[in-house]
Amino acid sequence: MTSRFKSFPGTSLSEEDFAQGEVLFVHDALKAEYARDTGVGIGAYLAGLRRGVILGSYCSHCRKTVVPPRVVCEWCFRPMSEYVPLRDTGVVNTFSLCYVTWDVQRISQPEIPAVIVLDGASTLSETSVVMGGILHKLSEVDPKAVRIGMRVRAVWKPPEERQGAITDILYFKPIEE
Amino acid sequence: MRKVAVIGAGMTKFVRRALETPKELAWEAAKMALESCELTMKDIDAVCFGTAPDAFDGVHMNGEYVSDGAGAWRKPFMRAFVGGGTGVFSSIQGWYHVASGMFDVVLVVAEEKMSSFYPHAQAAFLTIFDNFTERPLKPNLLWIFALEMNRYMTTYGLKKEDIARVAVQHKRNAADHPCAMLGEPNITVEDVLNSEVLAWPVQRLDVSPISDGAVAIVMAAEHVAKRLTDKPVWIEGVGWNLDTAYWTNRDLVYPRYVEYAARMAYEMAGIKEPRKEIHIAEPYDPFDYKVLHHLEGLQLADRGKAIELYLDGTAARDGNLPVCPSGGLLGVGNPIAAAGLMKIAELFWQLRGEAGARQVPGNPRRGVAQAWGDLMQIGTVVVMGR
Repeated sequence: MTSRFKSFPGTSLSEEDFAQGEVLFVHDALKAEYARDTGVGIGAYLAGLRRGVILGSYCSHCRKTVVPPRVVCEWCFRPMSEYVPLRDTGVVNTFSLCYVTWDVQRISQPEIPAVIVLDGASTLSETSVVMGGILHKLSEVDPKAVRIGMRVRAVWKPPEERQGAITDILYFKPIEE
Repeated sequence: MRKVAVIGAGMTKFVRRALETPKELAWEAAKMALESCELTMKDIDAVCFGTAPDAFDGVHMNGEYVSDGAGAWRKPFMRAFVGGGTGVFSSIQGWYHVASGMFDVVLVVAEEKMSSFYPHAQAAFLTIFDNFTERPLKPNLLWIFALEMNRYMTTYGLKKEDIARVAVQHKRNAADHPCAMLGEPNITVEDVLNSEVLAWPVQRLDVSPISDGAVAIVMAAEHVAKRLTDKPVWIEGVGWNLDTAYWTNRDLVYPRYVEYAARMAYEMAGIKEPRKEIHIAEPYDPFDYKVLHHLEGLQLADRGKAIELYLDGTAARDGNLPVCPSGGLLGVGNPIAAAGLMKIAELFWQLRGEAGARQVPGNPRRGVAQAWGDLMQIGTVVVMGR
């Protein structure tokens, strides 16, 4: 049919159309605020972070330890049997060097988001497709030196400044070995 | 279940910023789809509509808001809503409306207007991240793609200059598409490798653009389809599958959810050897590496080996398994829901031999379209044949 139709609808606008005032538009700003309850699983996680401890949850049926902790095991749909403290060290599973912010501002020093598999949580293996990874950022490292498989450790806020938030961990940095 | 055919299709141009509103874009595509099979709204029993996050438009219940443009007034109406998977899923929804026996003729419309979000649609994606454990880190949608691409490349030792060939081929293919936004017949691998680094390993030309546009198709039961056209294109199989929302708890190297969706669709279509029985693939390509990922999930390549289809010419329009002969999201554009349905429309045109300059040679008989979305977690797959 594309070969039967000669023209297609849809009118492309350019910057110039706006500059010349040819096209009208209405500016709108939405403001929505929320105060979300952290719940059982994440509530325990964030309370742990305030104490300087990263909690995972363990399923005794599936024998998996995942993080962040949750009340139900996704694999067997049974309750997670217990929350267990993990170490604040781990391995970089993957990372990026990001030169734009969340709202697309350019930055010259890259942010380094990474998925970090924490020590004490489940890891990938021949028999496991589950890993206890979290999203966080890396710092105190030369961006060019970051590698998948690199060992890292959490850098925490001072105890008196912690609020029970993921940002109580400032970032992860390489472990000198 | 009844047999279901696609009997008509229409689309708008995909553009960076359209004059038309979402309702107007939806109407333009719907009108064209109806005209292509010489039906009117009187012949349509129900309307399925797809649009991705409401955040782009800033209109809550956006499906209902746009519904009149999609022709839904005084008709049964349902909106599909699975993020990037929406476009392909809306055709699955249209399929079960008809296959079930509830309706004989269904209009499926997918629309996206991303340009309204100010100043850049990217910021709307902040709201898809977990509000306790991720959003305080101010994540960027590029992060998850860059993290996934790096994991994929590093695991298999793939080179950036090889992956760039995907973007080059799709943008070159799109040069033959009358609705394309980024068709570039002379683009080279160097152009991709020299483009701005956004989130290494992702560079500007590895990514599909923010776009506005709409696509529509008409789906009909067998007895209606055979009365209206000599060239119905049948929906032979459909599949969809969701992986965990805890995306940091799985290895991003392989899209298992695409595999499960594909196996569901292949089983329904009676496909045992997809690499021999599929003649055209339209996998979802918002980023170049994503195509490779999806070809592996679709069982059209071994894990880590999909790039070989591009290196040896198999994926070219005149190769043994043409991939995204339309030009895909990288070339035609990526108005999210509309881009997915564009893949269904492309298979419709290709299998009827009506794709013009984009036509795959050799009278292809069967194709697969796939989209991906939500939080790195859904696969939607449709097999079509004639």
